[in-house]
Amino acid sequence: MNAEALSAGVVAHEVNGQQLLFVELSAYLDTVTRLHNDGFTMCIDLTAVDYLAYPSRKVPAGVHTERFELVVNLLSIAKRERVRLRVQVADGIPVPSLFDIHPSTEAMEREVFDMFGISFSGHPDLTRILMPEDWDGHPLRKDYAPGRIPVQFKGAAS
Amino acid sequence: MTTLDERPTATPAGGVISSAGAATSEGAQELQPRSAISQQALMREAGSVLRLSESAAAELASVAGDADEDQTMIINMGPQHPSTHGVLRLMLELQGETVLRCKPIIGYLHTGMEKTGESLTFMQGGTNVTRMDYLSPLNNELVFSMATEKLLGIDGDIPERAQWMRMLLSELNRMSSHLLFMATNGMDLGAVSMMLYGWREREEVLRFFQKVTGLRMNHNFIRPGGLAADLPPGWRDDVLHILDMLPDRLAEYEVLMTGQPIWRERLQGVGVITQSEAIALAATGPILRSTGITWDLRKDMPYLKYSEVDFDVVVGLHGDAYDRYAIRLQEIRESMRIVRQILDKMPTGNYRIQNKKVTPPPRGRIDESMEALIHHFKIFTEGFKVPEGEVYVAIESPRGEVGCYIASDGSAVPYRMHVRAPSFVNVQCLPHMMRGGLVADAVAVISSIDPVLGEVDR
Repeated sequence: MNAEALSAGVVAHEVNGQQLLFVELSAYLDTVTRLHNDGFTMCIDLTAVDYLAYPSRKVPAGVHTERFELVVNLLSIAKRERVRLRVQVADGIPVPSLFDIHPSTEAMEREVFDMFGISFSGHPDLTRILMPEDWDGHPLRKDYAPGRIPVQFKGAAS
Repeated sequence: MTTLDERPTATPAGGVISSAGAATSEGAQELQPRSAISQQALMREAGSVLRLSESAAAELASVAGDADEDQTMIINMGPQHPSTHGVLRLMLELQGETVLRCKPIIGYLHTGMEKTGESLTFMQGGTNVTRMDYLSPLNNELVFSMATEKLLGIDGDIPERAQWMRMLLSELNRMSSHLLFMATNGMDLGAVSMMLYGWREREEVLRFFQKVTGLRMNHNFIRPGGLAADLPPGWRDDVLHILDMLPDRLAEYEVLMTGQPIWRERLQGVGVITQSEAIALAATGPILRSTGITWDLRKDMPYLKYSEVDFDVVVGLHGDAYDRYAIRLQEIRESMRIVRQILDKMPTGNYRIQNKKVTPPPRGRIDESMEALIHHFKIFTEGFKVPEGEVYVAIESPRGEVGCYIASDGSAVPYRMHVRAPSFVNVQCLPHMMRGGLVADAVAVISSIDPVLGEVDR
């Protein structure tokens, strides 16, 4: 990866032989655009992690952790390289949508919105994708317990 | 920032599902009428952000431009439609028989598998991921195991035999998955006998899987550290039987489908996608290759022992449904070529890593050693701890790039387990492929994507 492809607010890191970029939210769109111009034309995956129960995760010095982390996997076919962006996002803060740079993120951002409640500004159709439209809560948040359905005769033997 | 203490007690909506029976609604997720959306949104649907050439974008726009709302209608296709491969629901806006807009609505098979993955240990995780893409379960297990091994730092120590065995199973799985595609693709286009032939050949492969893993599907056979068991006696003859039987059958397919004018007419030029569209939509697998891009992770980012076998990446020229069919048919042959080389090169040795941390003791030891019994019990109840960190590993499944992202907090269960499902992303190509086509071709287009709704919805 070109050093010029990086901008301020980005900390480069390598773990397990995988390239990682810790990107500040303010530099997010700019970095993705630069990487796109640098050949990372495919946004293979976009997901998030809710670090509510694990705030002590390892990050390089200079990165201020927040509750959510947006994880974006970019791929360059020409260079056969991958790079992974990790963006710290606080609860309730909208994230700029990548749709205009990578249209492939349409469904992925909807999934993250549905599962984590992170909203994306500029997304053409930010609705729930996997859960029904009238669902309460965002299932993959760590303060959302797995559901259970009351069973009529459970415990009858005791 | 909220603290850790709030975690176990907080049970919002998910605590007990009390509103059972309440009607659910897709409302805003559905395809909206033209009057309800802005011109910009229409342009985005038409592909103005796909960085097409100006003429291509204008061509797309002209289809949408001449439509007046009172001349179009929005119809539902699915979720209960036999040719939508599960519970895919498409809302189509039609003008006469021409599809103007299309929106896939998914989630009908969502069972929260990523949430479930957060409560299963790394040892149990395979049972979960194997059910996502139920037509290529072994590939899903493989990518989950490889991600776990990378976190454990043992990805370089997996025995040779285990790696070759993984390759054997993964290639046979590619064959069985593509054979099923032949069957469903045939059925969708009215070649009903093809459906029976495809299922018949796939069954031969599944019979081998049953002999090796004990199950036809959802094997949980590839596990972190290696495999669950060694290959059974006589496996080589079984594989040779499949390899000897298939060429004639594939030749039959060629007569039945490839050489048939009706078949070609139905597929050629249908559901065309260009290179720039495929890249912008992150399509992988046969869809990307049908546009002429030689991208196959087995070749371009080799894993296992793919760099030691000789095979070709099959690409198309036109990016249409016919190319995608032809690529899959040819990929069966390439997989057979790989399997033959695996038969020659299969080394002897361990089928799993001899690392006490992740490997349970052999069954025989449990009867004679108390320590072995405890060790076995611990591994299967508590699992093994995986160091902190996060990792993304991707492999080439029959449908494209299947990736596994795991974040570990140092315990025996993944803190977060995400699977990048190829079908989930590929389904996004549907609106672009269908645009301007006939509603009768919609079925052919869906079929050519070969989506598995189990992994679309997870």
